[in-house]
Amino acid sequence: MADPETEKRKFTINFGPQHPAAHGVLRLILDLDGEVVERVDPHIGLLHRGTEKLIEHKTYVQAMPYFDRLDYVAPMNQEHAFCLAIERLADIEVPRRAQYIRVLYSEIGRILSHLLNITTQAMDVGALTPLAWGFEEREKLMVFYERACGARLHAAYFRPGGVHQDLPQDLIDDIGAWCKTFPAVLKDIEGLLDNNRIFKQRNCEIGVITEQDALDWGFSGVMVRGSGMAWDIRRAEPYEVYSELDFEIAIGKNGDCYDRYLVRMEEMRQSIHIIEQCIAKMPKGPVMETSGKVAPPKRAEMKQ
Amino acid sequence: MSKLQELDTYLAEKIGDALIGSTITNGDLAIEIHRDQLLNVLGFLRDDVQCRFSTLVDICGVDYPGRSSRFEVIYHFLSMYCNHRIRLRVMVDEDEVVPSAVSVYPAADWYEREAFDMFGIVFSGHPDLRRLLTDYGFTGHPLRKDFPLSGHVECRYDEQQKRVVYEPVSLPQEFRTFDDISPWEGANYVAEEKAKGEAKNG
Repeated sequence: MADPETEKRKFTINFGPQHPAAHGVLRLILDLDGEVVERVDPHIGLLHRGTEKLIEHKTYVQAMPYFDRLDYVAPMNQEHAFCLAIERLADIEVPRRAQYIRVLYSEIGRILSHLLNITTQAMDVGALTPLAWGFEEREKLMVFYERACGARLHAAYFRPGGVHQDLPQDLIDDIGAWCKTFPAVLKDIEGLLDNNRIFKQRNCEIGVITEQDALDWGFSGVMVRGSGMAWDIRRAEPYEVYSELDFEIAIGKNGDCYDRYLVRMEEMRQSIHIIEQCIAKMPKGPVMETSGKVAPPKRAEMKQ
Repeated sequence: MSKLQELDTYLAEKIGDALIGSTITNGDLAIEIHRDQLLNVLGFLRDDVQCRFSTLVDICGVDYPGRSSRFEVIYHFLSMYCNHRIRLRVMVDEDEVVPSAVSVYPAADWYEREAFDMFGIVFSGHPDLRRLLTDYGFTGHPLRKDFPLSGHVECRYDEQQKRVVYEPVSLPQEFRTFDDISPWEGANYVAEEKAKGEAKNG
């Protein structure tokens, strides 16, 4: 006769706030039935920094660096959103070269973010090698960040009206050279994961999000595309020079974790394609709005 | 006529009695509606074939201490099918409630909890209106204009008690806001003015 005590498999578990699998500070109160999470109460505020309150007391340019800290995985993309908002409010025209530089670095940010996502996803189901390989590439990208603005993470590089400084030509050449080598790394990572039995067992049909779920819960980006909707903000509401660039939108079919993994892999390839186009098309010229109303003139010009 | 203007006139036709006003600025359509009509309007925006605002992008609050209705609650919607956006605004005072949008848009759950946490705006009919982002045992609503930037308490690890203790904030120097607009008159602190006015009257 089965012992009624052992039949009960329900647990309430406190996960976090500090836990190696949380990738940050996150506390979850989990009601588990075996391995299935029946209910979860996330305490997400532990990383809240009150950015809105802080930047109420700052000027636009002073507020810039806070945006790097919102997402240290792809810092410049956060700055980008803030700059675009201000430029739209104040009706600022951004020079062409700056637009190309921003798109280039936004796509680098996308690769940074996707690489972290995919490799830690693999790590969480037990594969450590993709992490080592992916982070080697992330490190190279961070060096590109550093060479553009002086900081690996907290860039403060995009500014309302353009970018802070122009890119030197040898940096652009090096980014172009990196674009040639990166697809091989993607292929290596794919070779480890795409048909890996454990990876598929832990990702296929896990976390399925239907199209209706994605809408109801206000998802965007890969979370929507993984569920089969061809929604991409770069295509739907083209900003900067995206309307002139050629790229494909990858979508998933089943809306599970595995599909989202595949979408991210394809998006990284598309990002490489976009970066190469940016390098080829980037015109010469100023990288900051030149009217003097948004950004101060260059030091050298002030001294004249 | 642009796409936004078309949508604007269409909305005026369909939900005109709920509408207080509408503006198109910087390429965005914003409408203001009566608070008691909110759920009807949300349902209309979601289900109407010309709107199809399927995604609730964000709900945020804004604090205007000088107004008679102190808070604005702003809803941002996106339609991935029609590729357009709309911003919807309702006014609410401190002692009034906004009907919760959770029954129409499940995503409203955490956004409303955030607005409650940050501004103290109360949403009626919300299934679980708790604080979302602030610390355990936190008092006050940090994004209100009369909440000080430095907060009320700070925490540190106490070596004697061997635990983290909370104490009132003590700053070696008063926090100074530099308002460059008018160096002669100083900054215009609305909340303080209001408190002063009330003290004078009361």
